[in-house]
Amino acid sequence: MSSRRQEQLEEALFPPLVALLVALICGDLLIMSYGQSPATVYRLLLEGTWGNAYGFGQVLYKTTTLTFTGLAVSLGIRAGLFNVGAESQLAAGGFLAALVGLGLSPAVPGIVAVPLCLIAAAAGGGIVGAIPGWLKVRFGAHEVIVTIMLNFVVLALLNWIVAAHLHVPETLHTPEIRAGVMPRLESVIPAFHGSAANFTILIALLTAVVGWFYLFRSRRGFDLRAVGLQPDAAEYGGISVGGVWLRAMTVSGMIAGIGGINYVLGYKHYYEEGFAGGAGFLGIAVALVGRNHPVGVVLAALFFATLSQGGLAIHAFVPKQMVDVLQGVVILAVAMSVPEVRAVLRRTRKPVAA
Amino acid sequence: MNPISFLTQMLRIAIPYLFAASGGVIAERSGIISLELEGLMLTGAFSATLGAHYTGSPWIGVLAGIAGGLVFGLIHAVATIRYRADQVVVGIAINLLAIGVTRFFLKLAFQSSSNSPRVNGFGGSAAWHGLDNPLVWMGVLSAPVLAFFLYRTPFGLRVRAVGEHPDAATSVGISVPKVRYIAVAVSGMLAALGGVFLALDQHQFTDQMTSGRGFIAVAAVIFGRWDPVKAGLACLFFAAAETLQIQLQGNQLIPSQFIEMIPYLLTIIALAGVVGRAIPPAALGKTGE
Repeated sequence: MSSRRQEQLEEALFPPLVALLVALICGDLLIMSYGQSPATVYRLLLEGTWGNAYGFGQVLYKTTTLTFTGLAVSLGIRAGLFNVGAESQLAAGGFLAALVGLGLSPAVPGIVAVPLCLIAAAAGGGIVGAIPGWLKVRFGAHEVIVTIMLNFVVLALLNWIVAAHLHVPETLHTPEIRAGVMPRLESVIPAFHGSAANFTILIALLTAVVGWFYLFRSRRGFDLRAVGLQPDAAEYGGISVGGVWLRAMTVSGMIAGIGGINYVLGYKHYYEEGFAGGAGFLGIAVALVGRNHPVGVVLAALFFATLSQGGLAIHAFVPKQMVDVLQGVVILAVAMSVPEVRAVLRRTRKPVAA
Repeated sequence: MNPISFLTQMLRIAIPYLFAASGGVIAERSGIISLELEGLMLTGAFSATLGAHYTGSPWIGVLAGIAGGLVFGLIHAVATIRYRADQVVVGIAINLLAIGVTRFFLKLAFQSSSNSPRVNGFGGSAAWHGLDNPLVWMGVLSAPVLAFFLYRTPFGLRVRAVGEHPDAATSVGISVPKVRYIAVAVSGMLAALGGVFLALDQHQFTDQMTSGRGFIAVAAVIFGRWDPVKAGLACLFFAAAETLQIQLQGNQLIPSQFIEMIPYLLTIIALAGVVGRAIPPAALGKTGE
């Protein structure tokens, strides 16, 4: 391994490790404040997530959504944009997928219906992502604020459509979808029985692979990263910065939107108000901990999914709310240690001989 | 519609926004992005409930709430100023952390995952329509007092200087980090008071009781062009829209979801510059390398 590559790897890996350590210490304190033994609680957390097939299936299900939102956020960051709108892009994707699923006759085979729902999901997220992209390029409106504000607008709009026109009486969800349903993993691996894990996870992994190829092996990915590092230099080098930004926000929204099918087509088979449940915001944590690299994003999604499912496993001993605290601690610790680690590593390394 | 009940209800809805928006204005004018208002309010609400619960005094609740906001404000300040962490990420992390911490300690202190027991608040005599609450008047005054402080005092000038031109401020001997630490700490305490008002007004803490109010305050800061008085007027305007929606309940002319959208849509329009561009302080968000 070249030393340059090793340095990059060190800068990428140290902050998440520091964060993990800080989170473990905070976790210890919280567990002890509840009068329990940290070792017992951590053992329960692992047993409830990786120790049995059902728990692991739930982890895989949660990993799937977080992989999509994490990839969406990280693609934006690679282009120098902060997409805080993954939450509403996820919801819009799930909503349009549900509309198409509801509109199709149950006789339509899955091989036709699933791709149609997928395209609808990508379109839903893509539209919600493109709006802040366009506003930034056209008017210079800051994408962070626009995506935050748009979250509220889009979610309120979807809530209204469902409440006014589509819901099953006495509920907040649409009728059940019969076309375009994703099979559960338990249909091939019976041990996953009862868990929500479904074949959407393969689409998530495929998206990560395609995302890697796009970012690091394609011309457009090169342009995107160039704009993210130095927009002025990229513009001078002949890249249309506005075009890259618009495309990055749209694709970011599309990826988050596709994530919506994990719940809508894979788990409940209907769209329900509030199904995103913070997965879009957690995507920011996933992107950050995964250091905006597709492989890192998948691993970070697995980590946050384990934490979230683990909360349920330890609830009898320590309130599951502990994992909410730890999520915040991990994000804060990574954000704080990234510049610090870089500064320390660069100080300790020998200067390159001139 | 009774105008007195309309105005008093509007004022009660506006108070949390007014406190939080004032907090947002001072932090952002010093150059630190303030997306954590929601988390600061939530922390303030919870600490106030703890203080009022254990002492029975709402005034101790107010002090405890301010202390809670100060702690979270300082976490934000240390992370972004000392460690140069990304301000947007830290803001979002503080919001998540506040939800987690308040939920965990709600469970630990009151064995509940939804709400605290009833605590004492201020006033409450029907004749006053809720105006016999000192926090209402503090909230109303927060915007003009902050305006005086920002535009008429030496420290206010420093806050504006480090937010617009940190290099120039440094060259005349102002310690940029110090001014920002103070601005963000004050922002934490002010925003927390918004949460304190909510908790004491409802006489209890409920899980995630701020329910997005911090983001309405963020919207007001931007819609008010980072000016304390204009941001305060934006808060009143957003509160008036909400009050109208509540008082017209049953009238299906405009669905409530569309009233909810107003602050957010107006902010997007203001940012896009359709009616006069919203231009942030020049050094906003630039503490990284």
